[in-house]
Amino acid sequence: MRIGVFVCHCGSNIEGTVDTGTVAKAALDFPEVVYATDTMYACSEPGQDGIIQAIKDKNLTGVVVASCTPRMHEPTFRRAVERAGLNRFMFEMANIREHVSWIGKDREANTNKSVDLVRIAVEKLRRDAPLIPSKFSVNKRVMIIGGGVAGIQAALDCADGGLEVVLVERDSSIGGKMAKLDKTFPTVDCSSCILGPKMVDVAQHPNITLHAYSEVDSIGGYVGNFQVQVKKKATYVDWELCTGCGACMEKCPSKKNPDAFNEKIGPSTSINIPFPQAIPKKAYIDATTCRQFVKGKCGVCAKVCPTGAIRYDMTDEIVTEDVGAIVAATGYDLFDISKIAEYGGGRYPDVITGLQYERLLSASGPTGGHIKRPSDGKEPKNIVFIQCVGSRDKSLDRPYCSGFCCMYTAKQTILTKDHIPDSQSYVFYMDIRAPGKMYDEFTRRAMEEYGARYIRGRVAMVYPKGDKLMVRGADTLAGTQVEIEADLVVLAAGAEAAKGAPQLAEKLRISYDKYGFFMESHPKLKPVETNTAGVYLAGSCQGPKDIPQSVGQGSAAAAKVLALFSKDMLESDPQISRVDIKRCVGCGKCIMTCPFKAIKEVEFRGQKKAEVIETVCQGCGICTSTCPQGAIQLSHFTDNQILAEVNALCQS
Amino acid sequence: MSEAIAYYPGCSGLGTSKEYDTSTRAVCAALGLSLVDIPDWSCCGSTPAHTKDHTLSAALSARNLQLVSGMGLKAAATPCPSCLTNLRTANHRIEAAPFKAKVDKLLDEPYGGDVNAISVLQALVENIGVETIASAVRTPLKGLKVACYYGCIMNRPPELMAFDDCENPMAMDNILAALGAEVVPFPLKVECCGASYGIPRPDVTAALSGKLLEAAVGVGADMVAVACPLCQMNLDLRQGQVNRAMGTHYRIPVPYFTQLMGVALNIPDGEIGFGKLNVDPRPVLSKALSGAD
Repeated sequence: MRIGVFVCHCGSNIEGTVDTGTVAKAALDFPEVVYATDTMYACSEPGQDGIIQAIKDKNLTGVVVASCTPRMHEPTFRRAVERAGLNRFMFEMANIREHVSWIGKDREANTNKSVDLVRIAVEKLRRDAPLIPSKFSVNKRVMIIGGGVAGIQAALDCADGGLEVVLVERDSSIGGKMAKLDKTFPTVDCSSCILGPKMVDVAQHPNITLHAYSEVDSIGGYVGNFQVQVKKKATYVDWELCTGCGACMEKCPSKKNPDAFNEKIGPSTSINIPFPQAIPKKAYIDATTCRQFVKGKCGVCAKVCPTGAIRYDMTDEIVTEDVGAIVAATGYDLFDISKIAEYGGGRYPDVITGLQYERLLSASGPTGGHIKRPSDGKEPKNIVFIQCVGSRDKSLDRPYCSGFCCMYTAKQTILTKDHIPDSQSYVFYMDIRAPGKMYDEFTRRAMEEYGARYIRGRVAMVYPKGDKLMVRGADTLAGTQVEIEADLVVLAAGAEAAKGAPQLAEKLRISYDKYGFFMESHPKLKPVETNTAGVYLAGSCQGPKDIPQSVGQGSAAAAKVLALFSKDMLESDPQISRVDIKRCVGCGKCIMTCPFKAIKEVEFRGQKKAEVIETVCQGCGICTSTCPQGAIQLSHFTDNQILAEVNALCQS
Repeated sequence: MSEAIAYYPGCSGLGTSKEYDTSTRAVCAALGLSLVDIPDWSCCGSTPAHTKDHTLSAALSARNLQLVSGMGLKAAATPCPSCLTNLRTANHRIEAAPFKAKVDKLLDEPYGGDVNAISVLQALVENIGVETIASAVRTPLKGLKVACYYGCIMNRPPELMAFDDCENPMAMDNILAALGAEVVPFPLKVECCGASYGIPRPDVTAALSGKLLEAAVGVGADMVAVACPLCQMNLDLRQGQVNRAMGTHYRIPVPYFTQLMGVALNIPDGEIGFGKLNVDPRPVLSKALSGAD
């Protein structure tokens, strides 16, 4: 092999504490190195041209670049050597920036360490072999999981781009949290009026298949060729026949179930269409409360249904959807306010969440848009809003800011004044976080034009006194304690990961953070990608987001899917495991340890053997360290290559 | 019959809250919880010691725990939340080896840190259990409305006390409900009564205790059950001071929860010690119990 070594200055990033010239000179003594030089910016255009020129002039067959992390520029340099006619895997990187120059100031020690790292890279490169990616076709259908505003946007953008879209929604209607809101900030326009048309578009779009009241059961396959099993939960109503007339709801004798759509502050029937604008506008039966299921007799809905759509014997059904990409848009859940016992949420009926308050404000809510407190139906005059309930609180393991609570509280104080002109709103806050367009102006308006009294400080406790709620807290600007007599207390509950999010992440094989939010591939530069190819994120499943951010991300995810599907064939990464069939004893340990289910058992001349499914293998290498025979090897990271690296380090 | 537990009455148990001590002993005996007195126990250090010197404070408590260890027992129960705080704090602090070395220097024998201190309330809930208590009731407290008041340190700080909910504890509520009493939801169950401020700043104590009495009366309680000698004193003995300062006329009994257990378990009057309280609960009690028939 004829190896060339290029040691990068990275401006002063590396050269500042590493003598790159000395490193290059030392590299000339390593076996099979025929050319070595230092270069100002290896990644720049002249830098890459220098590498290409050297490959041609010196007949190089392998290249080492000693520079930054391979995460940054390995693809760059692989493309460069490929342009010069080499196989892209005949290239190695030594990370002398993150691993050397950035972490130590001793120039001599850094130079020596850099020499060692280059030595390691050369030894690895000597054992590299060309690898050829294989190609596979792409199924240009996309699945969106979650029918909130982010999922709706992603679905519509993909469908408008000509893709076939499968939208899976857990509830019986799409719309998500946004459908429950009365108004949106900072424009104070009717939430369901701006979301409703989009929901209708979803229903009417010829390219969109909607599976409502459905959940993702399992996911197999890989980018371009996923197989998703979707569980269509039994609705006990034949949706082909249901016209959404609502006759069943009128006659259902079980009328006092807590209404999930109204955040449990209103009653609902056991057979239910959650709200007037629901898409699909179809009824479903909640079997846990329905008399037909609980007591075994009732059957009223079946009697009144004009189309005979009721099916008490319906069962869950699994459908398989083949798609090429998946967008997760599963949203968030509200923090459980009963976890903060001192505020009495869950114990005192007049301590409610901001989303429950939205339902009270909404004309389609349980009170018809009249603010009535849950305990006695009276109109409250003094309303206390408490911010940061379940956010920015380390003691509750919710240290993050949920981002939208400041804004929705300001909006609610404005709406409160509109509904009840002689009311007074108080807001206990920590800081006001209003960085969006027109956001700060909006909170100012709540204070200055609508007279909401903002008190900076935490509330210590809320306790009932007669039919009032006493709210005791600190005013940290005035340096005093304050106690406010409230008729209603609204807790600005923060956001947390949706129920079941970690389980879905496991199915999608994507990462999630310690709070259950899905992890993007790069927080700055790959905000809607995940580390699993073909799986994208939109909306609050990735972290709390308001509507504009969610919509923006929905569109971004759609753009990524459209870009992916612009190719007919995709290349698979050849850095995958391969089985040496002569050494494999068919023990199956690799099959058990593979987290991606990429190894299957095959029969070869009457014997069990392992076989790697090329397109599924992610190249993690767990199987290779498990195999007792050393029969399964990760291409480009074989035992021999890794041992050669270790030996090189130990000999230095 | 559960495992024997060392019993640490604390200084107030022998003086200002004698009736808490006697009723605790009688109730535990009746329920089969064997309390063994710690020979030659001394003061836990109370409030003055830890305000002056943490090492000395921990040593005073560690000495008592070391004596328990010497008895071959693993747990010590105390009726007094303040004693409990000191005993648990001592255990917590000596987890740090340098601190333990300083404490051991003050002790006759080093203490291994292996004795768990718990409240009598916790012992009753965890070692006996609410169901056993319910099945032992002879005179159900039917018709009696009780507000359960835990005081500010029975459950707090939660990391240290590690028992029940620190904002909405239910242990005493559950016991009294098991006795047949009607437990009224008492929103201020962990609010401070003013504690030792009764001496330097009686106005502060009057305001804070007054708020508690007001809330208890407001939720319709016949009496306030307590689990802390100092809370009991502030709410009961100082009720007159509260009334004078706040312009109120409360006269609500404030018995220890163990005394009410004594009534339900038919413990003799002498051990229940209602006569030692300022506001005698007996008239309210007999009225409530007779009204239930």
